[in-house]
Amino acid sequence: MMGRIYIRRRDVPFELYEVNLLEAGDEELVKISEEMGLALNLEEMRAIKAYFMGKGRNPTDVEMQALGQTWSEHCFHKTFKGVVVLPDGRKIDSLFRTFIARVTRELNMPWCISVFEDNAGIVHFEGDYGVAVKVETHNHPSAIEPFGGAATGIGGVIRDILGVWADPIACTDVLGFGPLNYDYNRLPPGIKHPKYIFRGVVAGIGHYGNNMGIPTVNGAIYFDESYVGNVVVYCGCIGILPISRYVKKAKAGDHLVLAGGRTGRDGIHGVTFASLELTEKSEEVSRPAVQIANPIEEEKLKRAIISIRDLGLASSITDLGGGGLSSAIGETAYKFNCGAHVELDKVPLKYPNIAPWEIYISESQERMLLTVPEENLDKVLEIFREEDVEATSVGRLTDDRVLRIFYGGFKVAEIDIPFLFNPPKSYRAAIFVKPDLKEPIFNEPDDLTNFLLKILSSPNIASKESVIRTYDHEVKGNTVLKPLCGKNNGPSDAAVIKPLDNSWRGIVISCGMNPQYGKIDAYWMAASAIDEAIRNNVAVGGRRIALLDNFVWGNPEKPDRMGSLVRACMACYRFAKGFRTPFISGKDSLYNESPLGPVTPTLLITAVGIAPDVRRIVSMDLKEPGNLLYIVGRTYAELGGSEYYRARGFLGRSVPKVRLREARRNMRAILRAIDRGYVRACHDISEGGLAVAAAEMALAGGLGLEIWLENVPRAHEVQRNDYVLFSESNSRFLVEVPEKYKEMFELTVRNAPYALIGEVKNDRSFIINGLDGRRIVNTDVESLLRAWRNPSFGD
Amino acid sequence: MKIGDIRVCIIRVGGTNCDAETKRAFEDLGARASIRHLNEVSKRRDLLDYHILVFPGGFSYGDYVRAGAILAKTVMSRIGKEIRLFIDEGRPILGICNGFQILVEAGLLPGLNGISDYPEAALATNIPIGYRCMWVYLKHEGDGRCASTWLIPKGRILRMPVAHAEGRFILSSEKDLERLIDNGQIILRYCDENGEYANGRFPENPNGSLYDIAGICNPDGTIFGLMPHPERAYYGWQLPDWTRIGRPPKYGDGRLIFESIVKHVAKKF
Repeated sequence: MMGRIYIRRRDVPFELYEVNLLEAGDEELVKISEEMGLALNLEEMRAIKAYFMGKGRNPTDVEMQALGQTWSEHCFHKTFKGVVVLPDGRKIDSLFRTFIARVTRELNMPWCISVFEDNAGIVHFEGDYGVAVKVETHNHPSAIEPFGGAATGIGGVIRDILGVWADPIACTDVLGFGPLNYDYNRLPPGIKHPKYIFRGVVAGIGHYGNNMGIPTVNGAIYFDESYVGNVVVYCGCIGILPISRYVKKAKAGDHLVLAGGRTGRDGIHGVTFASLELTEKSEEVSRPAVQIANPIEEEKLKRAIISIRDLGLASSITDLGGGGLSSAIGETAYKFNCGAHVELDKVPLKYPNIAPWEIYISESQERMLLTVPEENLDKVLEIFREEDVEATSVGRLTDDRVLRIFYGGFKVAEIDIPFLFNPPKSYRAAIFVKPDLKEPIFNEPDDLTNFLLKILSSPNIASKESVIRTYDHEVKGNTVLKPLCGKNNGPSDAAVIKPLDNSWRGIVISCGMNPQYGKIDAYWMAASAIDEAIRNNVAVGGRRIALLDNFVWGNPEKPDRMGSLVRACMACYRFAKGFRTPFISGKDSLYNESPLGPVTPTLLITAVGIAPDVRRIVSMDLKEPGNLLYIVGRTYAELGGSEYYRARGFLGRSVPKVRLREARRNMRAILRAIDRGYVRACHDISEGGLAVAAAEMALAGGLGLEIWLENVPRAHEVQRNDYVLFSESNSRFLVEVPEKYKEMFELTVRNAPYALIGEVKNDRSFIINGLDGRRIVNTDVESLLRAWRNPSFGD
Repeated sequence: MKIGDIRVCIIRVGGTNCDAETKRAFEDLGARASIRHLNEVSKRRDLLDYHILVFPGGFSYGDYVRAGAILAKTVMSRIGKEIRLFIDEGRPILGICNGFQILVEAGLLPGLNGISDYPEAALATNIPIGYRCMWVYLKHEGDGRCASTWLIPKGRILRMPVAHAEGRFILSSEKDLERLIDNGQIILRYCDENGEYANGRFPENPNGSLYDIAGICNPDGTIFGLMPHPERAYYGWQLPDWTRIGRPPKYGDGRLIFESIVKHVAKKF
């Protein structure tokens, strides 16, 4: 970039360049953005030029970089905040406000304490305590450097929790990879093999969470062809805080205290990199964008921050994530209507000779920014010192809404804060493309036992124990319901944490995601993810549920990607509102495209509920021979995107829908039955349908089961055994009930479609009798376990 | 002395992370437990104000070099004098997981010839390799001399979780193993549900430990280290499958360890 005619070095004793914007035409503006790695479009470059025309001078590289990162998709969420133009010319002003935040606003739940505006969403827990939750994506870095990318993803989301003064108490991670047996010869240059990415990501997540002593309690792993070029890494963190200690009241004069790790060249342009598609050159160009993780540094940082919080010494806090100091200082000043005076030479560096712009936007890990009133500064610095954490005042907030940055006594940047936070609105066009899909036609197979076993060993369904065991899910000693449960480590529907020693109240954490449906229709994919997250929560006894939305999508500048995003957002509004579950936080990761194509539209919904008494929660493993098995919820002919179709090589079209009224009724019935103590086990029916859910309950409990399909409540078009077994209709549960509660249970759930369909056996056989009474599945718990424990990617 | 007067010092540094739940266990029994940063204890030199010293689990100083190695050396160089007095006076020391690794790295365990300047044993990389978080069964082998387990009947099977990557206990010679056995220093061994020794078999023996060793004490029985986490098996609701019996039992087996050590001090001092 140096030596080009548009950029010239300033005569100062360090590296500082002036960018000749004032004389640049449109073509040059675009080129400058590219050369400097700003990822700004022409519109935005013109706005910057106009601003500096008004000031009568050219900007410095520090100013350009600060603007580039503040206006990046990653930091500013241009797509979600911008205008979407629909095919008929109608406009949606901000997807975020129109569909996501609107749910929360309209529901107006009194227990929502802070939503969307801070680093994490906060809901009330009990007494003075609140629960903070955040889920992030770290796809782009993980594609380049899986271990570091995933580890820093966890590190970053933990800092988000610290950034609302909460103590992190649990992590979640949901991952998406390409098939692990993907043919090496089909990998385009620059794309790493799924197996390599898988190992690195899993190791990175375990490394960070384990070292920090935060249990990883919930998650999921999906395999999909579209993830070969676009790995999906969602990292979530849950924290707890005394609400009275949630202090955000910085004012002019307060010190900007930078604490934690030193600043280096790692993580330069992380955010702008995340706002571009991955290419063959990504590794070469963007390797420095991936940061290096040091969980022990963050562990110390956490201790100091909690002490400072408890003593009430700081006036606000935020983390350094995407955009580094630039984001943290800019946003702090903006939020509190201040300006800032920053001295970059005070920032502790890993090594000398880092240019001022690099210091300002570096995304080196394990750093937090606190604002501290003058009178508390010494005390705060001492607390950090006692924890062996480096902390420095790098400047102060000012009262004039101007950001001024100094280095070596020279002013290297001066930007009006309002301008910094007022980028031109983005306009994106959306078109709705219906994929040309057909429902497959085939005869019902004779042998359904083998299909069931095959589906159980499908990588999306098979046991994830080998991964889960590498994460510490017990540290802190508060995990009441663990990710693996029962005799044989069955898959829990949700995790339950008991965060307070003197209370039985629990936090219930679950998730929902089904990219396979996204290939058919993003609208029903989103609806299904919401239903799945909520029903997983309900299955263990969770209620008063708050949601988080995390979108992973392709390039929003392409209208068809935008169209499916709009549809998913519409579903988010309708169904979250319908379930009365407000969104409290969310994040989008766009530009997930590689030479292999775009990522399958993927929406992760994380649900955080409350269990009033953890001693009454229910796990999914069958408990006792002689108990009855009920199904609650109606089965429809909805096999589009199902594991059954996938096992037969189809995608299909009949994607599962969500029928709100029925869904709500089913969930209420389940909760009531759990509360009345009639339920010994409960499992949600999702991928693989009724058959897989029943098999999982049996193998987890190590007990046999016999089922009769005849009475399964179903739409009348469902007349085939394989449809009843494998349809993935939403809002359904399997429930184990002791014989003695039969009548009471049936009375309790009478408003929902339900049926008694089976009995837990005292041998280990697993038998399903079809609609005509014929035995259609005949196997045993050992065979189920063997299949489930041995994932197979097929040929 | 009264249990309420017992003071427990739980040492932490950067990377320690099981301190809060360990403190909770002691406090539930009525003892007074404090989590103290090593920086502070070495500045104030007040270790001898405490009756019990605990090194909790975690990744002290990132577990660089070898797990526990850096903290072990730091402790011995900064407060080694107090530690020696502490041991001489028969005050018990407990090391859990990373704490066990620290006690071995510090030369305090197995302590075949008193405090050693170099480690006499090692907690080596797991076989099969890798970090693993899982529940195991343990057989109590102690004959009542170990301060941390004396309340537990010999032969009793205990259930607790392990969570580590380096827990394979090894010694430098067969002879040392014989001495450990003869001295009655082997306190916990990995076994199956029915109490049959794991005999090195995975997953019953989760890390390939020599002689299925999960926990040992010094010849006097005052210093005890174990890889499993008793603080994560203190309450019944921490058990991995309590939902199978409907309501959680009040306590788990881990409580027996804390109860033993606290009652030992109450009786002895």
